[in-house]
Amino acid sequence: MGPPPEIRSGCDLVIEFPLIEELSITRKLSEINIKPTQVVPINSPLLEPVDLLLEKEYGKYLMVRAANMKITVDRATKMIVNVSGGGCPDVPYLAGEMVNRHLSNAPQPRDIGYTLCAYALQLAYDRVVEQCSV
Amino acid sequence: MFGIVGTVPEDEFPLISDAVVLEDDQIIFGNKRVAVNRGTPAMIAAAIKTLEHMDRPNPFCFLVGDIGSGEGSKRLYKYLADHLPDSSFKTLAFHYFQPDVGLFKKVVAAINKMPTRPTLVADAGFMYVAKMAGDAPFFDLFTPDAGELAYLADEKAPHPFYTRGFILHEENLIPDLIKRAYRHHNAASYLLVKGVEDFIASKKGIIETVDNPCEEILEPIGGTGDTLTGIVSALIASGMDIESASVKAARVNRLAGLNAKPTPATQVYDIIKQIPGALTEIL
Repeated sequence: MGPPPEIRSGCDLVIEFPLIEELSITRKLSEINIKPTQVVPINSPLLEPVDLLLEKEYGKYLMVRAANMKITVDRATKMIVNVSGGGCPDVPYLAGEMVNRHLSNAPQPRDIGYTLCAYALQLAYDRVVEQCSV
Repeated sequence: MFGIVGTVPEDEFPLISDAVVLEDDQIIFGNKRVAVNRGTPAMIAAAIKTLEHMDRPNPFCFLVGDIGSGEGSKRLYKYLADHLPDSSFKTLAFHYFQPDVGLFKKVVAAINKMPTRPTLVADAGFMYVAKMAGDAPFFDLFTPDAGELAYLADEKAPHPFYTRGFILHEENLIPDLIKRAYRHHNAASYLLVKGVEDFIASKKGIIETVDNPCEEILEPIGGTGDTLTGIVSALIASGMDIESASVKAARVNRLAGLNAKPTPATQVYDIIKQIPGALTEIL
């Protein structure tokens, strides 16, 4: 989820949980070396991640856009031919690692990315995999 | 002087503040080389091609390696905050960067201390953080694509990832999104919106649209927005006003794309090679 305005700092992701479970949840997170930036009570609805994906066909190529990220594959060969969009520094890195790789063995944004742009690219990647029946 | 600020997608790439040289598909900083594929290196390469045409010197670049951890970006934010007040730039273009509102605010404060305020262009992560911080109007030009414009238009979204569906929807017309971005003070003085049709706008409304030549296949090609930002920044740095530079950059980028005879698998360097010919034809 997206953070409320008063605690936004940049490329932020919020996990919502019942306050009564704070201790056990922060303990679980620390067991896997994840330290929340802040734990705060909220009393207004949080923003949800993008859920609207757009698909566009260019002949044998399929492009999927999720928010600001786009991925394009050759449907015939199932090769990733382009990654575009985004603004965080892992986007050019992800593009370099994923382009010219087969959908079945390309590294996934969730594994080598860091940012919300990578998260958006993962959504687009998942849709492409679904559409290309990999 | 024309400055470019951004990141290089290599973890070990050091913080560099230096003039650059373009040699074929590589940018050279001292003894360091970076491949021109997409991101800030593609933006720099497009800017250099434009500056060569305008008979202007190459840009001075502030770069750091960052593959998404944000560590490199943090170092560069701090470097800029320390060094910009004593520097003199006519134009500064900001590009791929890890958004960090607190550090960004320090860079804005540093720009305010510069002897002369430069023309400020922002795209990618720096455009995102400018909007997050509520400082979009501090900038002179943003170069969003349709998805990024929807983010600017959504006054509640802290990142494009949280743009609400009813704003992101394709049925929303670009002019409406531009109006909404200005209504909530989330746009720079000028917007150059890249897409099937490019829009040049200010808070007064649409100034001009560019739809010719039309090459729809450019949309999936990574880096075509970066080249547009490079071209328009270089034209502004060469003395052109923002409106004219935006219109001409849109035409040049489209023509360079068309002349590359692209497919969705084309890589951006093939388009960058076409920029000099497109500049000759358009300018």
